[in-house]
Amino acid sequence: MKILSRLSTMLLASALLVTPAVAAELRIGLQDDADVLDPAQSRTFVGRIVYTAMCDKLVDVSPDLKIVPQLATEWAWSADGKELTMKLREGVKFHDESPFNAAAVVATIERNMTLPESRRKSELSSVEKVEATSDYEVKFTLKAPDVTLLAQLSDRAGMIVSPTAAAELGANFGTKPVCAGPFKFVERVQQDRIVLEKFEDYWDKDKVFIDKVTYLPIPDTTVRLANLRSGELDMIERLAATDATSVKQDSSLTYADVVNIGYMALFVNIANGPLADNPLGKDKRLRQAFSLAIDREALNQVVYEGTAVGGNQPFPPNSPWFNKDLPVPARDLEKAKALVKEAGFERVPVEMQIPNNPVAAQMMQIVQAMVAEAGFDVSLKTTEFATLLSEQTAGNYQLSRSDWSGRVDPDGNLHQFVTCKGGINDTKYCNPDVDALLNQARASTDEAVRKQKYDAAGKILDEDLPVIYLGHQSWIWAFKKDVTGFVPSPDGMIRLLGVKKG
Amino acid sequence: MHIYIGKRLLVAIPTLLIVSIFVFSLQKLLPGDPILAMAGEERDPQVIEFLREKYRLNDPVVYQYGYWVANVLQGDFGVSLRTNQPVLELIGEKLPVTIQLALMSMIFAFVIGVPMGILAAVRKNTVIDYVANIVALSGLSIPNFWLGIMLILLVSVKLGWLPASGYESVFVDPLRSLETTFMPAFVLGTALAATLMRHTRSAMLGVMKADYIRTARAKGLSERVVILSHTFRNALLPIVTLSALLFGELLAGAVLTEQIFTIPGFGKLIVDAVFNRDYAVVQGVVLCTAVGFILMNLIADVLYVLLNPRMRASL
Repeated sequence: MKILSRLSTMLLASALLVTPAVAAELRIGLQDDADVLDPAQSRTFVGRIVYTAMCDKLVDVSPDLKIVPQLATEWAWSADGKELTMKLREGVKFHDESPFNAAAVVATIERNMTLPESRRKSELSSVEKVEATSDYEVKFTLKAPDVTLLAQLSDRAGMIVSPTAAAELGANFGTKPVCAGPFKFVERVQQDRIVLEKFEDYWDKDKVFIDKVTYLPIPDTTVRLANLRSGELDMIERLAATDATSVKQDSSLTYADVVNIGYMALFVNIANGPLADNPLGKDKRLRQAFSLAIDREALNQVVYEGTAVGGNQPFPPNSPWFNKDLPVPARDLEKAKALVKEAGFERVPVEMQIPNNPVAAQMMQIVQAMVAEAGFDVSLKTTEFATLLSEQTAGNYQLSRSDWSGRVDPDGNLHQFVTCKGGINDTKYCNPDVDALLNQARASTDEAVRKQKYDAAGKILDEDLPVIYLGHQSWIWAFKKDVTGFVPSPDGMIRLLGVKKG
Repeated sequence: MHIYIGKRLLVAIPTLLIVSIFVFSLQKLLPGDPILAMAGEERDPQVIEFLREKYRLNDPVVYQYGYWVANVLQGDFGVSLRTNQPVLELIGEKLPVTIQLALMSMIFAFVIGVPMGILAAVRKNTVIDYVANIVALSGLSIPNFWLGIMLILLVSVKLGWLPASGYESVFVDPLRSLETTFMPAFVLGTALAATLMRHTRSAMLGVMKADYIRTARAKGLSERVVILSHTFRNALLPIVTLSALLFGELLAGAVLTEQIFTIPGFGKLIVDAVFNRDYAVVQGVVLCTAVGFILMNLIADVLYVLLNPRMRASL
């Protein structure tokens, strides 16, 4: 009996010794290389994916796009919407073991607002001051009511960094970032890899099942998928839609997608310099005809293998902000032709600049053929992206295809593009009614009121069409069967809490 | 000899200056604004203005060039607009990768190209010659990116023998380093092998017509000795020159191949830098490549002299 019990103890002990020995490493293939790894200075999408693992924010975004607690546990707006008070989580440490508290939040927000290199200034432009009201409470005082601040704090502007590290490294913080997320920075080799490892003192460490994460930038989608298939990678982001079917059929891989919060769109030069003097820029009937001549569902099926959705608004049809009174229009060639005739044209010549990637080119060639039937003679001008961007800003275009990656708050998809003084208003469309509605929507903390304002503004924009929305792509991920617990999120981030391997 | 090398190095200075002016002006002619490209979706006019000032992009182009030259002369190549990393540090990271890839490619090119060229010349107008020519022509005509992707699909995905992409330094893990660079080096090597094979063949044929080869045969030397010691040794001259030049070209980075295999070398660096209008990086890499190319040219000429006793007198 004694021997038996001793034997079973030994067996149990050896079993315990053997099981947890394997360290789980996750290798993730990204489409591009991140830029500076400093939340204050960063601007790339892939950079944000890395931060999701490395830097916790005051608040996070749930898969249904609600603002949820992260480093702040609760918050409240003052009645006039000009003060936001946040209670902070206690017992949180940064990767350098320094404590997270109200002073750290104030230091980070002030750094984001004052560091000359900071790209977060416009996101925090409504903030008058931020102060610590106790060790674990901060108060934001705003210049004017701005409910979108919460959404800004759910992204890079709200990533709290270690004040010690920030003071020491200044603008070079990106060489050795110190945050309070589940994984800490280990090393980075430009254009090759970014390595993070599990942070043992993370506040929510029970949900971390991965010991090491390596991000590898692999721009070519075919090669990225090949790496996944050959076992070099465990997960890839932005799988090409054309590969969706083959991944779904592969028994060793899991497929996941979700319609993203951004949009694909055509910007019409309404009043940006001399090139605005073109039929499409001058007559909204022609823009309406152009939009009606496009078969959005066909584009989705042909170019995106059914993974995208057609759209006519800055929010996808599944978004709570989508205006259901303005459904995505079906193609109506007769009406389009009638509108062209009404505007006094037989054929309408128009030059469209498009980015030089194969998918966009393919899509716009189809659009070119579709609108030709309604009377538009579109000449395509293929341009490399940096050039397209500066041409669009400078007004050197008639019609320009560019996309927006999307923001959690509806304001981020609309305000800066269509208000008279909007920072990215490249069409130079200006309508005081739209400005008023969008400013009111920004100021109200009541969601129902906001929705009503966006609906009203959307109706005007749908009539004037400075921006012709085409649809919404999906974020598509593919990963190994042994990776479980991943929840696709419309913001395209890869959240690693709860993700297991093996 | 030393005077000769010294002279050549002096001549290199104006060459480098011209190269840098040329690249600088070409970049400025490109449409697209580096700061806008950097800003991407976050276009805050205040920050854009600050960055323009910081990187002196508001100054006249001639001044910008002047600052750059003055800084380079003090060993400061500037910082990358995109990542804030010093350009010299970036070059230091990428250069070893590119050199390793270039060396391995040359080995492939030599091992395949030279024996094939000799064989094709010796067995001129036979099946062997035709086959060698077809192989060479294919090597030249098959695009690198296509061969690269096919190899990845076959060797990595189907057979699982080698990693599909990525890179590891020789100093960290030599075996893994060989594994990751094997396919890209092979892809680059096959294209070069084709060029080498054609040149070896024609050089061999040229020498084989020479009187001294007939004499060697008349002396009763074995065919092996005639081919290897007499013909090949003399045919080696143009091959060495060509190889040095090809190596110089490889130092500029193999854009497509590096992109496909995600090798973080010069090619990938410069493509990304051009797309982001990262002026300082483009300038730095081009300058470095130009130096490499000039050095390889010089080495080719020196080797030419060493291998060819007839040239020594002329120095």
